Amino acid sequence: MRKVFLVILLLLAFPVAMQWLGYLFYVSFASRVLIYAIAATSLNLVLGYGGMLSFGHAAFVGAGAYVSSILVAEGVASAWIGWPAAVAAAALLAWIIGAISLRTRGVYFIMITLAFAQMMFYLVNSMKAYGGDEGLTLPRRAELGLGVDLGNEVAFYYTVLAILLAGLYALHRLAHSRFGRVVVAIRENEARAQAIGIPVYRYQLVCFVIAGAAGGIAGALLASHGKYVNPNVLHWIQSGTLMIMVILGGVGHLWGGVIGAAVLLGLEHLIADHPIPWLAQIAPNYQQHANLGVGIVLLLIVLFAPQGIARLLERKRNARP
Amino acid sequence: MSWILILEQSLNGLQFGLMLFLLAAGLTLVFGIMDMINLAHGSLYMLGAFLASMFVQLTGSFLAGVLLAIPATALLGMVLEVSVLRTLYARDHLSQVLATFALILIINELVRLAWGSDAALPMPAALSGPVELLPGLRYPSYRLVIIAVGLAVALLLYFLVAKTKVGMLVRAGASNREMALAMGVNIRLLFTLVFGVGAALCAVAGAMLAPLLAVQVGMGENILILAFVVIVIGGIGSIRGALVGSVLVGVVDTIGRAFLPILLGAFFQPRVASAAGPALASVMIYLIMAIVLYFRPQGLFPARG
Repeated sequence: MRKVFLVILLLLAFPVAMQWLGYLFYVSFASRVLIYAIAATSLNLVLGYGGMLSFGHAAFVGAGAYVSSILVAEGVASAWIGWPAAVAAAALLAWIIGAISLRTRGVYFIMITLAFAQMMFYLVNSMKAYGGDEGLTLPRRAELGLGVDLGNEVAFYYTVLAILLAGLYALHRLAHSRFGRVVVAIRENEARAQAIGIPVYRYQLVCFVIAGAAGGIAGALLASHGKYVNPNVLHWIQSGTLMIMVILGGVGHLWGGVIGAAVLLGLEHLIADHPIPWLAQIAPNYQQHANLGVGIVLLLIVLFAPQGIARLLERKRNARP
Repeated sequence: MSWILILEQSLNGLQFGLMLFLLAAGLTLVFGIMDMINLAHGSLYMLGAFLASMFVQLTGSFLAGVLLAIPATALLGMVLEVSVLRTLYARDHLSQVLATFALILIINELVRLAWGSDAALPMPAALSGPVELLPGLRYPSYRLVIIAVGLAVALLLYFLVAKTKVGMLVRAGASNREMALAMGVNIRLLFTLVFGVGAALCAVAGAMLAPLLAVQVGMGENILILAFVVIVIGGIGSIRGALVGSVLVGVVDTIGRAFLPILLGAFFQPRVASAAGPALASVMIYLIMAIVLYFRPQGLFPARG
């Protein structure tokens, strides 16, 4: 518990420290990490707690991003309308996709969720009125009111942080509620859960919809953060990236999504923007190939730390008496 | 005449479908026998195209280049299987997705380091002209060659899987892996072999499609998803299903792209129709997959009894 407060304290102090050091860019970067943390955490609810291997989570992030962006583009700039609308749209989409997909199992579930996400990807690509494949540039971020200017990087950071922490707390409560335990029970043994009278399909669908809705808010924040949205937020590579964040961080671990997002984006940024002198001497252009390093690290993690980083940290701690 | 257009587009669809089959056949066997999700399959397709481009430039002959690229890709595929993928068979699907996703990143960058972001593979001059198939139907001869190659490889594969001892073992592995293992089949060797054949098929598709499409880093990612759609429609582990699925997806996609805008144009404004047509065509194959899965969750030709 002390560790959690320490992490929260560090997250709260981060923009102040960066402002003091004059690295305001990192506040914006940290906001991006936190937004991906929300998206990955929402996927973790389905993937980790529910055991449903959804390969189409980008559809919900994308739906949230597009619905909120279209509202801003049409002149409805208030976040109090745009963000709930994004959540509602993502939830509705998740309900439709989930209702059909959850009738299948295993590999087929992976593929059918992927198929639905691809459908959304092409659908958005064809929306010429809202940029088509070139994407949609927004004149400004959403407006929160209450004297908070989201155009300010620090204010935006704290807004995202508040939503992330609220989400994590909700996930923590959910995981320890009756609902959460039932969902985990279904993951562990579906046939047994069915046999003792649990309506498996209904529980899984509700879990899927909650995760989709949370993905929607991440999408709205993502679009607002970059003041830009394009169909690539729905591409299957995006679903794959979110999945990787979850697996990297820790499947079914409360902090898994947060750790995964921070490590993956941090790694990308570190390799691309911070030259290592001795490596640059051997291979001058190595930073253009940042993904090579990311790929190798990912491969090593899956081969040698298959439980994710969160579990690795815990195991170390538990190993010491 | 419009029926000529329809015929021409059907041939295009068949051509694309057959190339898709080459990818899907390898994927469905890996998936069916080893129960392994291999996202890096598309990378082998990309490697095949880049290798073919290199060999064609080195030898100056299209045929020699392609024929060299096939065993080279097969070799790379087998090296990949022995070095990394073999350790993943026993792991869950999640680990497989993560590891092969990492392999996509790695292979993409290695290709970029070796050959740059794109490469050229020009069409052989002798095949660049059209031939008159029927009065009024002039069809590019290169596409005809692709169809011929696709059909020949499909036949060869059918013969290999249905008539030979190795093929029997492969089918045994696909329908019940544990039982095949219990009967003393050397599954490890078989896996490596199947993987090599899958990689070789990828190279054929990559090299043959290269003059029509762009040879570039990332070319494998989009076609990979199509190949997955195909094998899910056809039934995982079934070669016959892969063939039917590929041709279905190829024809529906091509015909949809060609005619949906025209069809929509009859009902909507041309601006709307030209925008919505291609998108609807892209969506259609996923729609077919969703419908097939909903009514036949095991695909059209289930390999497992």
